[in-house]
Amino acid sequence: MNQFVDGIRWIFTPANWDTVNFQAGIRSQLLYHIELSAISLLVAAAIAIPVGLLVGHKRRGQFLATSLANIGRAIPSFGLVVLVFIAVGNIWPSLQLSMLPTAVALVLLAIPPILTNTYVGIQNVDPGTVEAARGMGMNERQVLLELEFPLAAPLIMAGLRTSAVTVVATATLAGFVGGGGLGAFLYSGFAQRGQEEILIGGAILVAVLAILTEVTFAGLEKLVTPRTRTRQSRRTRDPFTEPGAVSAA
Amino acid sequence: MIAQELQPPSLWQWVGDHVGDILIRLGQHIELTVIAVVLGFAISLPVSILLYRHVRWYTPITAVAGLLYTIPSLALFILLIPITGLTALSVEVGLISYTLLILIRNTVVGLRGVPDDVKEAAVGMGYTPRQMLWRVELPIAVPAIVAGIRVATVSTIALVTVGFIIGHGALGEFIIDGLNRFFTPEVIVGVVLCVALALTADVLLLGLERALTPWSHTHARPLLPSRTPGR
Repeated sequence: MNQFVDGIRWIFTPANWDTVNFQAGIRSQLLYHIELSAISLLVAAAIAIPVGLLVGHKRRGQFLATSLANIGRAIPSFGLVVLVFIAVGNIWPSLQLSMLPTAVALVLLAIPPILTNTYVGIQNVDPGTVEAARGMGMNERQVLLELEFPLAAPLIMAGLRTSAVTVVATATLAGFVGGGGLGAFLYSGFAQRGQEEILIGGAILVAVLAILTEVTFAGLEKLVTPRTRTRQSRRTRDPFTEPGAVSAA
Repeated sequence: MIAQELQPPSLWQWVGDHVGDILIRLGQHIELTVIAVVLGFAISLPVSILLYRHVRWYTPITAVAGLLYTIPSLALFILLIPITGLTALSVEVGLISYTLLILIRNTVVGLRGVPDDVKEAAVGMGYTPRQMLWRVELPIAVPAIVAGIRVATVSTIALVTVGFIIGHGALGEFIIDGLNRFFTPEVIVGVVLCVALALTADVLLLGLERALTPWSHTHARPLLPSRTPGR
């Protein structure tokens, strides 16, 4: 228990926000962590949402979407980060110690949840509603952007939330492949024993950042859920009705 | 001659020289996973039955499980050091805590999915609540429960690798060792075996589900992921 107290004291020591062991302090590593996570999530969303929208609109590619989800879950994120780090080192050695290798791995990890949720969200739109919209003279583009997309928004946000938490968690590994971020504190604690307060303090920071990310995105999800359906919006916050709880039966 | 000896071994050479190590790590990986999923299931089954019967506990309990689920594994394993030390137990405790949300959610979903007319018919036939649970509700919930076990197993197999941080990463040890020595084949062996293990386990569990529910041969749709445990 003393180690937890030491870790918390380490976090609340102002000097540690400037430098730790004569290197980057908590402030700059935290900013690096957030920047890396935000860039990766944005790139992943820019790829996954359009693809999910198109595939979902065509009501095709169910197999692709589910197998992508399954494979995404089976790949150890740590292994992926290390493999991309090695690959970047072979192709562009000068970029190996930049944000790039981890960012590429994070984008790959963040795509499946956003893509499958977008796809499922679009597909779940009642076909009768879609037909009605077509009957009213909406073209395919309007059906997709003005009807299906808004109705799928809560599920798309749920996918973004899943990916955001995964990205923030996995960005920690950047510190193990020569990058920065909060993982750098865990790495120094891992490499040289005897500085437990850095190890524990760093782990607490990582956990708190992940939880704050989850809470923030849960709030965003609530925002995009139409208010007229208050009963339903309450239900979407209940993990029971989250897309992941789709029963296999 | 000397130049040849300095040449790093190829992938297959390395595999040939380390068959013993690979089997040991693979065994550790399977052991960590099986214990985590079995104990996770042993905890979540009674909890799910309780939550199914007492709905008001559902939100608080899943909120706690969700909080555990959100903590990144790297951080959770480290935070367990002061409590359970640099042991396999720390990894195990972390892994079990990640299975809880998935298993509880799926089991409750499965139980809630039992049609009312089926339950009424059972009551009409004189089933006691206990008989109803074991002979009607749980069997009907099997596909959802097994779907939960599949997701929990596959994510646990991927998560075990992070145990390297406290020296119990099983196949993950190959990844960190390969990284530290700049030796790519070792990393590839760790990742490929890990993915192969996850896919094998998934197929085996699908077979288990089919065997347990001979009455329903409609093919089960695999669960879509909503969240992956903190990596």
